[in-house]
Amino acid sequence: MALIDTINPLLTTGWAKGDAGWSLKDYEARGGYKQLRRVLESRMSQDDLIAEVKKSVLRGRGGAGFPTGLKWSFMPKAAPVKYVVCNTDEGEPGTFKDRDLMRFDPHSVIEGMIIAGYAVGAKAGYNYIHGEIFEAYQRFEEALDQARAAGYLGDNILGSGFSFDLFAHHGWGAYICGEETGLLESIEGKKGQPRYKPPFPANFGLYGKPTTINNTETFAAIPFILGMGGEAYLNLGKPNNGGTKLFSVSGHVNRPGNFEVPMGTPFAKLLEMAGGMRGGRKLKAVIPGGSSAPVLPANVIMDCTMDYDSIAKAGSMLGSGAVIVMDETVCMVKALERLSYFYYEESCGQCTPCREGSGWLYRVVHRIEHGEGRPEDLDLLNRVTDNMMGKTICALADAAAFPVRSFIKHFQSEFEYHIENKKCLVDPEVQRMGSGFFKAGNV
Amino acid sequence: MNNDYEKLSPEALRRIDREVAKYPADQTQSAVMAALVIAQDEKGWLPKETIAAVANYLGMAPMAAYEVASFYNMYDLHPVGKYKITVCTNLPCALSGGVHAADYVKTKLGIDFNETTADGKFTLKEGECMGACGDAPVMLVNNKRMCSFMLPDEIDKLLAECK
Repeated sequence: MALIDTINPLLTTGWAKGDAGWSLKDYEARGGYKQLRRVLESRMSQDDLIAEVKKSVLRGRGGAGFPTGLKWSFMPKAAPVKYVVCNTDEGEPGTFKDRDLMRFDPHSVIEGMIIAGYAVGAKAGYNYIHGEIFEAYQRFEEALDQARAAGYLGDNILGSGFSFDLFAHHGWGAYICGEETGLLESIEGKKGQPRYKPPFPANFGLYGKPTTINNTETFAAIPFILGMGGEAYLNLGKPNNGGTKLFSVSGHVNRPGNFEVPMGTPFAKLLEMAGGMRGGRKLKAVIPGGSSAPVLPANVIMDCTMDYDSIAKAGSMLGSGAVIVMDETVCMVKALERLSYFYYEESCGQCTPCREGSGWLYRVVHRIEHGEGRPEDLDLLNRVTDNMMGKTICALADAAAFPVRSFIKHFQSEFEYHIENKKCLVDPEVQRMGSGFFKAGNV
Repeated sequence: MNNDYEKLSPEALRRIDREVAKYPADQTQSAVMAALVIAQDEKGWLPKETIAAVANYLGMAPMAAYEVASFYNMYDLHPVGKYKITVCTNLPCALSGGVHAADYVKTKLGIDFNETTADGKFTLKEGECMGACGDAPVMLVNNKRMCSFMLPDEIDKLLAECK
C-alpha cells in the first residue's frame, strides 16, 4: 500500500503487487534486465550510453538535482579501479520513496547500477542502505543473490566480458551519512564525517578511487530511460526537468504515501491525489523537498508546479521530493523546534559553526516555544544562521539554517506572538487534535 | 544469551566473515559496522570488551571501533531491555501523531525516553527519521522490525505481543 496514486507509472510499474512483485521473475516478466542485455550485447560505447542519459536530463533524485549524465562523464577513463555507489541512506525527514523502491522493485536499482558501472568503467558497487529499514536491506540482499545466480552480476556478465559485482552496506543510524562523502567514510568503516571537497568523489572516492554516487531513484530510472530513449523520457517532464519523479507526501493529508507524477505537475494536483487536506482543514504551509528545504506558505506553494525550477523560483528546493504538508492546527514555532532539534542531534560535530550553531538554533527556538523568548531572539537566530551558512565542510549547517530563516521569514508574526504572549498562537487543544492520534474513544 | 563479552561465538564470526567478503581484501575495516551489529545482536548490547573483540578480529584499533560504535545511533553502549522500542517523533511523524504515540507508550510503560522498565522488559528511545513518514506514527522494535500506523490499538497489540 505504498504507492497511493500515479499519473504516469514508470518507476512504480512494478509496485502494483506490493510485496508480491519484487522478485527476479516478476522483474524479468515486466521487461527487466532487457536494457542491460541490450547494452552488453550491442557493446554500446560508454560515450553513447552517457550521451543518452544526458539527453534525458535526468537530475539527481537525492536532493541536489545535479545532471546524472554529466556526473558520470566526470569519471576518469584511464583509472584501473573505480566504484559505483548508491545512496539509499534515506534519512531526510519527509522522504520515504527509496525504502519502497528497495521493497517493491529492488532489481530496477540493481540493473541501473550495473549499467552505470558499465558506463563509467567500474567493476564493483555498493548500495548504502539506511539503518532503520532492515527489512528493505534484507530484501535487497535477496535480490542481489537472485541477480548473481541469474548471471547478471559477477564475472563475464551474460558472456559479454564485462564483470561487475554489487554489495549492500547497511547503515546504523546517522543522518550525516546521506552526505556522499560521509557515506564513503562510513563504507570504509569510520565515523561518517564528510570530507573536504575538492577532490570530488569522481576523482577521490571510495578507498581513494574514482567513484560515482547516485541516489536510489536515479539508478532506478536508468533502465526506463534506455528503454524509451533519453528524449522521450525528457518529454515526460518539462524542459530541464526530465521524466517522472516520486513524491513522498506526509503530514496533514488524507492519504499520505508515495506518488509518481511527471515533473512539472501542479502542486494542487499532487495534493488532490493525496486525498486533499485531512478533515477538510485549511492548508497553512508546505515544506516541498524534505526538512532541509525552506518552508513555503500555502498561497505560494499553491501556485507552484513540482519541478526543480518552479520550486527554486518560489524560494525553496525540490530536494528529494519529500512534501511535508501542514494545516492550520500547526504551531510553526513548535514545528521549527522539532526540526532544529533534529539538526542539532545529527550534526557530526567536526565543523564549529555547525556543531555550535545548530545547538544555538535549537536552544533559542526551544525557549521561544516554551514561553521564555526574548524580543531580540529573532535577530539572534538570523545572525546565528549567517555564521553557519556556507562556512562548513558539508551542507548540514545550511540544512539547519534554511528552516529557521524561512519559518521566521514567512511566519514572523507567529513567532512574535509567541515571544510576547509566552504561548502558541494556535490553541494547544487544536494542535493536539490535529495529529489524528486521538479519535473518539481513544485516550 | 552469551555473557562472555570478550568472545564472539563461532556463528557470529561466520556471519562477520560473510560481511568481510563484501569488501576488497585490504579493507576489512569496512565490515566493522556490520560486525558490531552482529555482536550487539549476540550480546544484547555493546560492552567495551565486545567492541575490542570485534576490533581485534578485524585487525583494527579498538578505539577506531569504539569511535564507530559511539557515532551511530543504533548501537547500544549500555544494557537495554529485552524489547527496545524506538519512536520517531520528527516533524512529519509528529504531524500524524508521533509525539502522541510516544506519550502513550510512556504512560503505558511508566517510563520516559532512555529508561528501562523495572522488569527489564522494555527500553524506550526517541528516534530520528526512519524514512517511513507516510506510515506515521512509526516505531522500531529492536532496531530491525518496523511497525507502521501505530495508533493506540496497534500500540496495545504490540506491547501485549512482547512477552
